[in-house]
Amino acid sequence: MTAVSIDSAPKTAARRRERWASGRTYLSAALIFIWCLLPFYWMIVTAFRDVGYTFDSTPFFTHVTWDNFTTVFSENLGNHFGRNLLNSLLVAGVTTVVALLFGVFAAYALSRLEFRFKFLVLGFVLGASMFPGVALVTPLFQLFTNIGWYGTYQALIIPNISFVLPLTVYTLTSFFREMPWELEESARIDGCTQGQAFRKVIMPLAAPAVFTTAILAFIASWNEFLIASQLSNEQTKTVTVAIAYFAGAQAHQEPYTAVMAAGTVVTIPLVILVLVFQRKIVAGLTAGAVK
Amino acid sequence: MSTLAQPKRAPETPGPKTKKVQKEVGQDRAATSQGRWAFWLISPALVLLAVVIVYPVVNAIIMAFQKDQGLDPATKLFVQGGPAGFDNFVHWLAQQCGSAACAPGTLGSQFWGAVGTTFFFTAVTVVLETVLGFWMAVIMARSFRGRSALRAAVLVPWAIPTAVTAKLWFFIFAFDGIANKLFGTAILWTGSEWPARWAIIISDVWKTTPFMALLILAGLQIIPAEVYEAAKVDGASAWQRFTQITLPLVKPALMVAVLFRVLDALRMYDLPAIMTQGSNNTTTLSILVVEQIRQGFNSAAALSTITFLIIFLVAFIFVRFLGANAVASATPKTKGQEK
Repeated sequence: MTAVSIDSAPKTAARRRERWASGRTYLSAALIFIWCLLPFYWMIVTAFRDVGYTFDSTPFFTHVTWDNFTTVFSENLGNHFGRNLLNSLLVAGVTTVVALLFGVFAAYALSRLEFRFKFLVLGFVLGASMFPGVALVTPLFQLFTNIGWYGTYQALIIPNISFVLPLTVYTLTSFFREMPWELEESARIDGCTQGQAFRKVIMPLAAPAVFTTAILAFIASWNEFLIASQLSNEQTKTVTVAIAYFAGAQAHQEPYTAVMAAGTVVTIPLVILVLVFQRKIVAGLTAGAVK
Repeated sequence: MSTLAQPKRAPETPGPKTKKVQKEVGQDRAATSQGRWAFWLISPALVLLAVVIVYPVVNAIIMAFQKDQGLDPATKLFVQGGPAGFDNFVHWLAQQCGSAACAPGTLGSQFWGAVGTTFFFTAVTVVLETVLGFWMAVIMARSFRGRSALRAAVLVPWAIPTAVTAKLWFFIFAFDGIANKLFGTAILWTGSEWPARWAIIISDVWKTTPFMALLILAGLQIIPAEVYEAAKVDGASAWQRFTQITLPLVKPALMVAVLFRVLDALRMYDLPAIMTQGSNNTTTLSILVVEQIRQGFNSAAALSTITFLIIFLVAFIFVRFLGANAVASATPKTKGQEK
């Protein structure tokens, strides 16, 4: 409030105020830290807790057991969590690869080339990424039922492409326009064609951007629930759907600890991925939104 | 690569101007060849998008004008299908089943309730997320030890699948759960209207505020520190610096972030579908569409078309009147503009 007085105030007061400000920063940071991580921590604690102590509120690990994880993968209870994991991996993996294959070229053109209707194309891509999933589910449900695709993998991959491809194009476009394109110019002066310059100079440079985009695309597809819950069957069910409709040992009783264990299995790889590539992911998430 | 070191671009230079400048340079042949290249590079992606989005949407619109097979609720006669005109739309918008108003409890009677719920969720979550996100972004923009740990921590809720988030908060808000114990309350969180709504709102805020915070943070980081220094020297108070410098300069990024969140919140499905199955007036438009699918495709198609139009309209209002121009901010700089 009183920034002006800082200069005129005695040194000790200024220092005290500075310490007070940094103290408040740390306090706020701690609050944010706890708010973001506490629920996640609670999930892990519960995942490792004996079913009999589901609602124990001790804030640290007690009654530790692997039972919940056994339950999650137990076929006798009608859970096919291993299969669900593979399904998610397959659907998200194929979606990511297809989206990148198509997205890289489009993003290159959008970031590098001058052409008519560029504004329109970008608008269409952005609009597509904001498109509501329910508007696709109804017609696709009928279409896939008619042609016998209901419960197949392509029935999940195709609608996923509808939101992953725009995300890919958008993110890659913003990444690409920050790259050192002078090198492409030099390559062309040295006698490369535009295609050669793209393959030999730009591709290696673009690899980190493509990799980051791949992570974002994979996470988006891996976390998808609405489409998978409507268009998959027992064979193709993905993890998000499996967790939402999880079967426990007792009927009509929510198997909280097992669900938390399942959630932990699904989330830990993502969290590790996010922590390792934190900087890149933040750059990818915010690319295009500013500047 | 990092958004940090970006030279700030004057916001008043929109994309189209660039084209004119380039044309004046008079590289007509180069432009033609670039155009051809662009066409071949972009068309595969556009064709694929058209197949996965435009085709289903057109299909949905056609379906929306067809009758559903089944028993007519009014006449109890079997309806064969066939053209329906605007009947499906009237059914939803006027909540009419046959010639009478839809009976309470049927899906047909829930349209305006679902619209209200959806907009309520959207308004409350986006306001909370913007305020909290701004605060988080301001903290994360400061330099202190452990800053990168904080930025990593913020990404955790974002990375967790919404379905898992729903189950996690469902557990936290269980009757014997930690929320009731922590606050010494005995609320059946998912058992009645307002607690259920707040449970969903809190879960959504937890899950998506980080995304908001990171977008706002990126906007804050392109404001050069010298501007603040200059304002300080000129005697501006902290509040003045916030309202006169931070807010106007961060506004473009903020508007895009809010637009993204609003459009995302309007299609909210996962959290209420898993936490309450839409009971206790937590049915959003997306949930209503999904419930309708198994009772009649064509009617569901009409509802999903209405939903799509509502979202489109909101996006239009945002871009047209509030200046949230995501396309302009995404329009890349071109060679001519770079130095």
